Order: sequence, then structure tokens, then C-alpha cells
Amino acid sequence: MIELDLPPGVVRPVVTAPEPVLSTRCSEVDPVDPDVVQLAADLLATMAVSPGCVGLAANQVGVGWRVFSLDVSAHPKTRTCHGRFVLVNPVVVSASRNEKAREGCMSVPDFTGDVKRATRLVMAGLLPGTGAEVTIETDAFEARALQHEIDHLDGFLFLDRVASASAVHRRKVYL
Amino acid sequence: MALLAITVLGHDRPGIIADVTAALALRDANVEDSSMTLLGGFFAWTLVVGSEAQPAAVAADLAFLESDELVVSVFEVAERPASAGSAVPYVISVHGADRVGIVSAITAAIASFDGNITDLQTRLGGGLFVVIAEADFPPGTQEEQLRAALAEVGTQVGVEVTVIPAETDVL
Repeated sequence: MIELDLPPGVVRPVVTAPEPVLSTRCSEVDPVDPDVVQLAADLLATMAVSPGCVGLAANQVGVGWRVFSLDVSAHPKTRTCHGRFVLVNPVVVSASRNEKAREGCMSVPDFTGDVKRATRLVMAGLLPGTGAEVTIETDAFEARALQHEIDHLDGFLFLDRVASASAVHRRKVYL
Repeated sequence: MALLAITVLGHDRPGIIADVTAALALRDANVEDSSMTLLGGFFAWTLVVGSEAQPAAVAADLAFLESDELVVSVFEVAERPASAGSAVPYVISVHGADRVGIVSAITAAIASFDGNITDLQTRLGGGLFVVIAEADFPPGTQEEQLRAALAEVGTQVGVEVTVIPAETDVL
């Protein structure tokens, strides 16, 4: 588990495609900047009120910074789990063992898509507030969610990663 | 065996495929390739069927569907030799605010590289228009030039375009 020491968060509105901020690479930021710390808290607060949401990137609330929150602890496909956390300036260290699965996204509410992602992943990043460097070694659903979020920070949606023309589906129920 | 191309389009209901294939089976017509989906809530099915029956006879067999507001067409198609198979496949993903002309602009750019689209889906949801195309390009196609040309066309019509090689995992 990753220790968090953040101020109370405020729920922010989530933007949807084709909002340009979702297709723009986000910039690196200072993890101890009070605005970054507040954003981290707000991402967690927004995630908490969004049913089924396991991760939220800063540009999904309209902010082009390299920050995302994640919490896959309640998801049935999760194996390794680091709990509820926020990463600043994350980078993929290594990724292997691709598997295909169907993904949805709060910023693409009408569709789902089949995307191949690594099921073994090592990601490094900084914690908001302290700037402490962490390395997360994970698998299964947490690995998938982390790659989905870092894609957001690079300006990519799951729609940019789908495996074939038949891999995009109309979403039947949005949680 | 001759090949028939059949299309069935119109209002959806349970049992259309069962009804069509029952009629085809009585004619000894063999379903080879087919693709069915709902387009804007409408039933849309295209089939290639191996059959010795006359197209007009098969059309008459399927005429009962017209009372269900389904439009059926049946015609004979000539068999073509398969392509050499040396083509390079790519998946091209496009998404952006809906407007007229996106498919036209993107597919024209694909065609300008002699890309042959082998699978295509377009979807519209909540103002977001999505196109996913699979296309075969001739060997030696310059990937960076293709990417740049599609990105430029994408900018012109206000959409994001991603080009990735289609991977086949041979197990």
C-alpha cells in the first residue's frame, strides 16, 4: 500500500472526447507544488463519486499535467493491488505478456474497445506532496489500468489502441 | 459452385437470421462468409452463399421477409482468386467531433497509398465519431509517410488519427 497525505479533495467535472485536452500530451509537473497536491486530492475525490471508475488522469478533468489517480482494489480482475494512490510524472519501466481485454473510459462514455496490454508491468513515478519516488511492480487488472492512465497522459484514448475494426463496441450500460 | 451475394436490411426483430438460413438450407445453399450487425438500430446482414440455385429463385424464397419491412437483394458474384498475401496490414483509428466528410477524407488518404480497406466500422455516439479501418498496404509502404499523410488529413477534418501495424500472433 502507498501512504497518502493529501488535503480534502473537490469533485471536478470529467471531460469527454473530442475535448482537445484528451488528445494532447500532458506536461511534467512538480509533485510538491500545492496546485499539484490539490489536483491529486481532487482526482481521488472525483474517482470516489464516479461508480465503476478505477482510474482518472488529470486531463480527464481538463488539466494537462502528468498526474493520475488509481484504485483497482474493488475490481474482480485485480490480483496484485497497491490500493488507492496518485502518481506524478509516471514512466513505464518494463512491460510484458500482452493480453487482450475490453475497456471502457469515463471520457468515452458511449463505447468500449478490445485492447491488448501488458499483464506484467513495472512503473515508476513520484508521490504528490512528498515527491518520493516509488516503483510499482504489478500484474493483471492493475497493470492494465496503469497503462490506460499513462496513455491518457500521452494524449491517447483506448480508441487509439484497439486491435481491429471489430474491436469497438457500443456501450450498453454505463455504470 | 456458384456464389450468391445476399443482403438483408431493415427493421430488427428476433428470428430474422433463423428465417433466412432456414430458407437457404431448403435450397441447399451453404453460408460461407457473412457479417451481421445493427446499424443505427437497423438489422444489416451481408452474406456470400455457395449455391446452384438461381438468384431469382432464392430471392423468391426470401420475399416473405418484405412484409416485415426488410429489404432483400440476391445476385450472383464471380469468384475471384485470392490476393498474393504479401500486403502489410495496418489498423487505422480515427476519432473526433462528428462532421460531414471525415470518412471521405481518411479513406481518400488511404487509397492514395494504394491501401485496400479490408474491414471498416464507423460509429457515432454522443457527438463523438469513431472510425476503425483495417487496410492492406503494398510491401515497401513508407510507414512514416503514411502516418504523416493521415495525421495531416486528420488535422484538416478535426480528428485524431492513429496508425498501428496489425499484429498477428501465430500460435
